[in-house]
Amino acid sequence: MTIKTVRNLRRISQVVFFLLFFWLILRTNFDVTIGMTESGEIILPYPVSIALEFDPLTALATLLANGTVYKGLLWSLVILIPTIFLGRFFCGWICPLGTLNHWISEIPSERLRRKGRHKIESNRYKRYQRLKYYILFFFLAGSLTGGLQTGLLDPLPLLARSLGTFVLPTLHAAALGLIQFAKAPGFGPFLTVPEAMYDAVAPIFLPFRQMHFHAITTIGILFTLILVFNRVFTRFWCRGICPLGALLGLFSRFAIFGLQKDESTCDHCNLCLLHCQGADNPDVGARWRQSECHLCLNCQAICPNNSLRFKFFPNRTGTKANPPPIDKIDVSKRKTVGSLAAGLVMLPVLRSGDSFEANANPKLIRPPGSVSEEDFLARCIRCGQCMRVCPNNALHPTLLESGLEGIWSPIMIARIGYCEPTCTLCGQVCPTGAILELTTGEKVGNDKTPPNRIGTAFIDKGRCLPWAMDRPCIVCEEWCPTSPKAIYLKEETITNRNGDKVTLQRPYIDPDLCTGCGACEFACPVVGEAAVYVNSVGESRSRQNQILLERKGISKDV
Amino acid sequence: MKRRDFLKRTGSAMALAAISGGTGLVFHNFETATYQPAVSGATGFEVTPDPTLPRVVLARNEDHINALNRSLDGIGGIKRFIKPGERVTIKPNIGWDRTPQQAANTNPVLVAEMVRLCLDAGAAKVIVTDISCNDPRRTFLRSGIRTAAEKAGAEVLLPSDDDYLNVDLGGKLLTGWPVLKHFVETDRLINMPIVKQHSLSTCTIAMKNLYGILGGHRHRLHQEIDQSIVDLAAFARPTLTVVDATRVLLRGGPQGGSLGDVAEEHTVICATDQVAADARAVEFLGHTGDQVGHIVLAQSSGLGTIDYHSAGYKEIIS
Repeated sequence: MTIKTVRNLRRISQVVFFLLFFWLILRTNFDVTIGMTESGEIILPYPVSIALEFDPLTALATLLANGTVYKGLLWSLVILIPTIFLGRFFCGWICPLGTLNHWISEIPSERLRRKGRHKIESNRYKRYQRLKYYILFFFLAGSLTGGLQTGLLDPLPLLARSLGTFVLPTLHAAALGLIQFAKAPGFGPFLTVPEAMYDAVAPIFLPFRQMHFHAITTIGILFTLILVFNRVFTRFWCRGICPLGALLGLFSRFAIFGLQKDESTCDHCNLCLLHCQGADNPDVGARWRQSECHLCLNCQAICPNNSLRFKFFPNRTGTKANPPPIDKIDVSKRKTVGSLAAGLVMLPVLRSGDSFEANANPKLIRPPGSVSEEDFLARCIRCGQCMRVCPNNALHPTLLESGLEGIWSPIMIARIGYCEPTCTLCGQVCPTGAILELTTGEKVGNDKTPPNRIGTAFIDKGRCLPWAMDRPCIVCEEWCPTSPKAIYLKEETITNRNGDKVTLQRPYIDPDLCTGCGACEFACPVVGEAAVYVNSVGESRSRQNQILLERKGISKDV
Repeated sequence: MKRRDFLKRTGSAMALAAISGGTGLVFHNFETATYQPAVSGATGFEVTPDPTLPRVVLARNEDHINALNRSLDGIGGIKRFIKPGERVTIKPNIGWDRTPQQAANTNPVLVAEMVRLCLDAGAAKVIVTDISCNDPRRTFLRSGIRTAAEKAGAEVLLPSDDDYLNVDLGGKLLTGWPVLKHFVETDRLINMPIVKQHSLSTCTIAMKNLYGILGGHRHRLHQEIDQSIVDLAAFARPTLTVVDATRVLLRGGPQGGSLGDVAEEHTVICATDQVAADARAVEFLGHTGDQVGHIVLAQSSGLGTIDYHSAGYKEIIS
């Protein structure tokens, strides 16, 4: 097999893994064609979060933060162990965000600075590339104290989140907008074209209905910046920021595979530098950096004199004209200690604020089956899979509802969508166990076990139609899904402003029965702030966040 | 400056000024699109009354398919309602994410049998749809209706945002509302409700089931529930009403959930009089028609008869 074939294999591998990742995100969706099991459970037919489980950074950081390697995260060893022997093949061959960065970096540019001499210069190893190691140390030290923030910058959850809550809903809105535009007067005969386009695109790319996510501008800005920076420096993100790349660089310290340079045949044409992805100094005369190389093999494939060769056990003794490679990562002891220390104090800083406990947001309603808040924050990698799969668009990325610490973690916004009592999809897709997998029976409860509660509903008597406006309504009671209903009605005869007697059914909430699903808040016809709303108090996952000393009343059957 | 350049430059500037000014003038107070209802007034899918036939036929049989067929035969048979080549829309209650045993949605066995009957009578196409309260993917699936009706040959459609028409329902209260087009652009409409308790309207049976043809913020209608139900019934005027009383939800309606609230009645009522159908069916809930606001209002609006015996009533108990 020639080196050109191997390079083509790498290109195919990038396309395949990118499409696979994208397909898994697309399938993280309650598709109309999904059926039921015999017991009436709706289970996703594919392990849609498996790509996230192959992530060594998620595995390591969650291990540090909560002491376990959850479910499929053991798969991450499939990436980590070969990296120890080969180096960062993941970055060059597999990582879907790396591939996206690769493609965008390689779009030809009209700017001189991205060509020839300038590009050769910018592809030499630069000191900014150390930054990713300090980011990694900061995150890992933070994880050790229970503050898991890797998901913010870890490429796999970052891409899953960006595609799921930003790119795909934007695509959906654009497709609908195109149809809307074509419906304007005068476009009549042309309407069939966008409609046909929509019908072709919709079954593959668009979920059953348009999703509207909270806080997506912040997710979108980060993602857009990552992509745009490729146009300034080739794969800037992969070289300078990516903490997963840093982890893999650290683990390639003892790699037995590497680049061997032959100075006798090299004529210093610098073609290797011109095509280098990792900025790892592939040229003869500079010291090759194992920890920066993505193993894209461009340098060997482009070299006209066959002076460069990737091989097992490359010659590690150098000459003055051809110095030996560097195995260690390029970090200073002082800054390493500094970033570790910063990571260690991150959580105390965040938790000294009020948002975690002292003044926790009462609207911070976590998905059903979520573990306690402290454990939740030690597990959630903000991949957005739960938000994408939720059929009711109930789950959203937070902005600051759980403080800066919990940015982009899931929150239920019942006004947009409520939690369907028999739906268990979010727990099925969570890769880290922040949301535990529930069966329908566990979620709804039965004679012996209470239901899984995510909060409690309250009536705002100042806005409620029968309470404040002397009009009949009962929509919240109609929608209440528990049996018997947590919302019950009392008939009351009142005298209205005109002195007339009016009999009304006024809603009350039985906190023993309410699960906090938010169906009442969702359906409440009082536009604006709903007259019935859910707070997180009473959630099953917390002992402290309770009003009642004891909660009775258990749903009879599913 | 040369004369040539002067002319070129001022000419271009004047042309641009003319285009800018002209555009402003042309579009100034340009008529904005006005609300144009696609359909106006009652749709009217009814068949001509036949005085020799009863208007309400109740059949009771533990075999629900048998109960449906016998009550349908009693009211004139499927061929009276469906002519070959017609498009038929069946409107069951598929409102909630519940299983058939929980009696919140129409019995899928009856829906499937109705689809078969329509196709046997030569219907060109049978559509089964409803605007669910809960997520339609879940309600259509867990109600069992999607699978059963598709198997029987129906086109089961989950409503999507582009499927609504602006309709002037011509009611006292309901005027312009979005209506799912499949309930308007069809030849025959078969209403297939289930009998359930409802806290505000006492019952949700035939006429209340028509709420499911409306899009928009329909929860607001609860403030005037009786009038809005009557307006809807006067607008929709279905060909045939088939009331599913095989299982009846006595309490906890309209969503139910507990099997303890369900009574097995094994009954199907076919009717050409929606009011009489509701008046008969509400008796399963321990009420009579004249105790229910919207049924009384429907009679006084001339939509039908509460005294179903006088409308022509037949019972087939086997």
